[in-house]
Amino acid sequence: MSEPLHLKDYSREARIFAYRVMIAAVVVVGLSLSLVARFYNLQVVKYRDYATQSDRNRVHVQSVPPTRGLIYDRNGVLLADNRPSYTLSIVKERVSDLDTTVALLQELVTLSAADMENFHERLQQRRRPFEAVPLRYELNEEEIARIAVNEYRLEGVEVEAQLVRRYPLGKLLAHSVGYVGRISDRELSGFSEEQYRRYSGTHIIGKIGLEKQYESVLLGEAGFQNVETNARGRVLRVLERGRIDPQPGKNLVLHLDTELQRMGFEALGDRRGAVVAIDVASGGVLAIVSTPSYDPNLFVTGISYKNYRQLNESLDLPLFDRTLQGQYPPGSTLKPMLGLGALQQNIIDTKFTINDPGFYRLPGEERLYRDWTWKKTKSGHGSHVDLYIAIQQSCDTFFYDLAYRMGIDRMHAVGAAFGLGQHTGVDIPSERAGNWPSRQWKRSARGLHWFPGDSLNVGLGQGDVLTTPLQLAAMTATLATRGERRRPRLVKAVDSVEIVPRALDNAIADSRHWDYVFNAMKDVVHSARGTAQGISRGATYKMAGKTGTAQVVGIKQGEYYDEEALDERQRDHALFVGFAPYETPKIAVAVIVENAGSGSTQAAPIARKMFDAYMELEQRQLARLDGGGS
Amino acid sequence: MSLAGDFRRRMPEASHDLRRPLSLWRRVHVDVPLLLALLALTAYGLVVLYSASGQNPYYVKRQVVFFVIAYMMMFAVAQVRLQMLERWAPWLYLGGIGLLLLVLYFGTGAKGAQRWLSLGGFRFQPSEILKLAVPIAVATYLSQRLLPPRFSQVVWTLVIIAVPALLIMRQPDLGTSLLIAASGLIVLFFAGLPWGYMFGALATVVLGSWPMWQFVLHDYQKQRIITLLNPEADKLGAGWNIIQSKTAIGSGGLHGKGWLNGTQSQLDFLPEGHTDFIIAVLAEEFGLVGVLVLVALYLWVIARGLMISLKAQDTFSRLLAGSITLTFFVYVFVNIGMVAGMLPVVGVPLPLVSHGGTSIVTLMMGFGILMAIGTERRRVVR
Repeated sequence: MSEPLHLKDYSREARIFAYRVMIAAVVVVGLSLSLVARFYNLQVVKYRDYATQSDRNRVHVQSVPPTRGLIYDRNGVLLADNRPSYTLSIVKERVSDLDTTVALLQELVTLSAADMENFHERLQQRRRPFEAVPLRYELNEEEIARIAVNEYRLEGVEVEAQLVRRYPLGKLLAHSVGYVGRISDRELSGFSEEQYRRYSGTHIIGKIGLEKQYESVLLGEAGFQNVETNARGRVLRVLERGRIDPQPGKNLVLHLDTELQRMGFEALGDRRGAVVAIDVASGGVLAIVSTPSYDPNLFVTGISYKNYRQLNESLDLPLFDRTLQGQYPPGSTLKPMLGLGALQQNIIDTKFTINDPGFYRLPGEERLYRDWTWKKTKSGHGSHVDLYIAIQQSCDTFFYDLAYRMGIDRMHAVGAAFGLGQHTGVDIPSERAGNWPSRQWKRSARGLHWFPGDSLNVGLGQGDVLTTPLQLAAMTATLATRGERRRPRLVKAVDSVEIVPRALDNAIADSRHWDYVFNAMKDVVHSARGTAQGISRGATYKMAGKTGTAQVVGIKQGEYYDEEALDERQRDHALFVGFAPYETPKIAVAVIVENAGSGSTQAAPIARKMFDAYMELEQRQLARLDGGGS
Repeated sequence: MSLAGDFRRRMPEASHDLRRPLSLWRRVHVDVPLLLALLALTAYGLVVLYSASGQNPYYVKRQVVFFVIAYMMMFAVAQVRLQMLERWAPWLYLGGIGLLLLVLYFGTGAKGAQRWLSLGGFRFQPSEILKLAVPIAVATYLSQRLLPPRFSQVVWTLVIIAVPALLIMRQPDLGTSLLIAASGLIVLFFAGLPWGYMFGALATVVLGSWPMWQFVLHDYQKQRIITLLNPEADKLGAGWNIIQSKTAIGSGGLHGKGWLNGTQSQLDFLPEGHTDFIIAVLAEEFGLVGVLVLVALYLWVIARGLMISLKAQDTFSRLLAGSITLTFFVYVFVNIGMVAGMLPVVGVPLPLVSHGGTSIVTLMMGFGILMAIGTERRRVVR
């Protein structure tokens, strides 16, 4: 095949080979030594540099969210607490193929259509880079285990134990306590540097109600800790050194009494309306009910679009806080206050009477201003109607006359002294001020002069007069304290430090005038001819009050008001304000029931229930104190 | 008897060998010192692999399965008679080339490279065959010539080497291509390639590197070289692997962070920690001491291989044994040098330690040949 073998010199070939092997061995040893030298250089000479570098790789500072402050009612009942919950979230930046990962997760845990929809919505929102986007809340043990087993296939998927806000009483306090929710784009873009730092470990922020008002108190201070992360940033271990503990948020104790609140809520039932009860001595809000309501827990983890639309588009406006934002004509509930003002300003005295033909006519005008009794009887309240009767029986004719006599300027002064047309300054955001008209207001708002007819409307709490239920309750509390005004408040103490609100100018009147008006208000309830006499039955204590009926639609001249024929939504609102006990007032209540018709039959009984509940609580507390003392 | 006496006088070593009965190990063609070194490396490698794979028993089990297959293949190959190997050499070589051509047209692969052949669910890399076929072919060719080789023989040898090397480079798989070329060139070196040729070639390479850079190398290959020269320039991109592997090695210090305690490797900062960069894991967890132990084991294997080649009975065996041994060293050196940032990042696994099946099987078959050579019976001179 090739060259003849006999020419090969085997020993020479072996010698060459041996020589070359020697050279190869030298090269092998030389190169091996160069490797060893390199490792010596890296591992011994430069050890410090690389050890530092390695630590810098893995150790990161992470913020620790503080525990949000709790909210209690005045008896220590929890209104808002934090419950541990396991949240499944995805860090989009670390997921190579989102659809595959989500599909895999779908096999492991139940993901509803709403979960998916919310998740995709949140993905669209602006967020910090590498921020985990929640996909499912409240994983159960089994689901956590299933995810843990498949962790290696779920790059970028995290299960986090979080404290999630919970409102144990649900819809009972949705509007007042409010709720927290994820920090929105808009909130985030408005953050200062300081806020960025404080919220570094937190995803939620108070959205409405006390949760919003007291956000900075409830939030607490973020802590920091060193964590060991892997190359993809997943936290594997918390290191002991360098930890700064978070400061938990402060707890709030409210004036609110859950039992009273529940009473108001149940008394309103499925009607639309509001009940506000104020502790007369402190101005603390004992109950603040707006119906219909909703479950605030839905908002904490992100409400589904469907649920939200249902709430938002309901004709009954469950999201609307009627107590602070509902602006209603107060109707006759203003009468005691205006009567008191007229006495104090010497426009009338207690002997002053009018003859009530069932209507009032302004001097020189054709138009008849009818009394509310007109549709039943054409005889009015009789020929000797004084202020007492006018309050007790709610005589409109008397107050048309009185309004005409007082004029808008003096009426405005009286109402303003009781807080009408102003924010009460309650510690819940987005309160409305209502409207307490004046000449000035009409000129700037309507560009018109004030007409005497306007005064008549104001005197009856109609027309342009608008009040919130909270304003009415505050007005009633001011009446009950004989003029001492206090800013209504929900929060009694922050971390057991009592909050004392700033004092307000008092409403001033002589004590005999107070006595006179109180007596009339008592007889609204406790006399046979009183408009709310139905609620006095069986009462062991005395109360004082005033009914009101507010027109929703204007009744034209000469038309009859036919309740039955009117659409349900256009019927009058029923109102009642009052306080109890009559002798030493402790609780002031304002009730409004939308489109319920008569204040005496629809609103007053609710107030009676509130009074009863309050008195019973007082009794119980006294008994407990006695029992404890002896 | 007289024949034996005559023979004894003329070839004293051989007679000594013939007189004594062959040991059991020799009869089953196992070289015990080499086997012990390989077993030690295997065990050490599995310990490191368990840690490097993030303590995933899946990789370790897979590796054990591959080792079992590989050791069986080694024993099988060790039984093959060397004349047979020499006779089959051309067919082995030509078959390998044929498969490489098939890969170019029907191959499958990943990451832009086409390296695999699928045969009914079973996938393999034909380039692995060439890792053995090329040195066998070159050794066969040269051993049948007068040595040291003449110019024309050197040219023919280079052709034998270049054909598969270029085919593999086309896949593209630069690392394997260079290693296969090296295995052939090492045979040429042992055959007594004149020094002048070697220095001439070296000069040509130096002068030819510019056109090579401009026209032949792919962008990713150039990038690897640039990254090697200055890895700090592109911390998160091309330089990441090198920076992280150097950090892992350096932070291991003299004694290491302890098994399973390497933060770089356990926290996934080190890419390819269980394959090409596994020595960084070893260096981080066992320190310089662990590296020295590994290098010592490798040198033991190489020393034993060179001894076998020196004792081999004919030129073919010598050349082949020398090439297998030195090629093994080249693998070790290129891989460790690469991870330590001394050489460009070419995809070369650390022999017997990195996770990966086919390369282990090929390597062990090479050691099978080495054992066959080391335990061959003395041939009677014809």
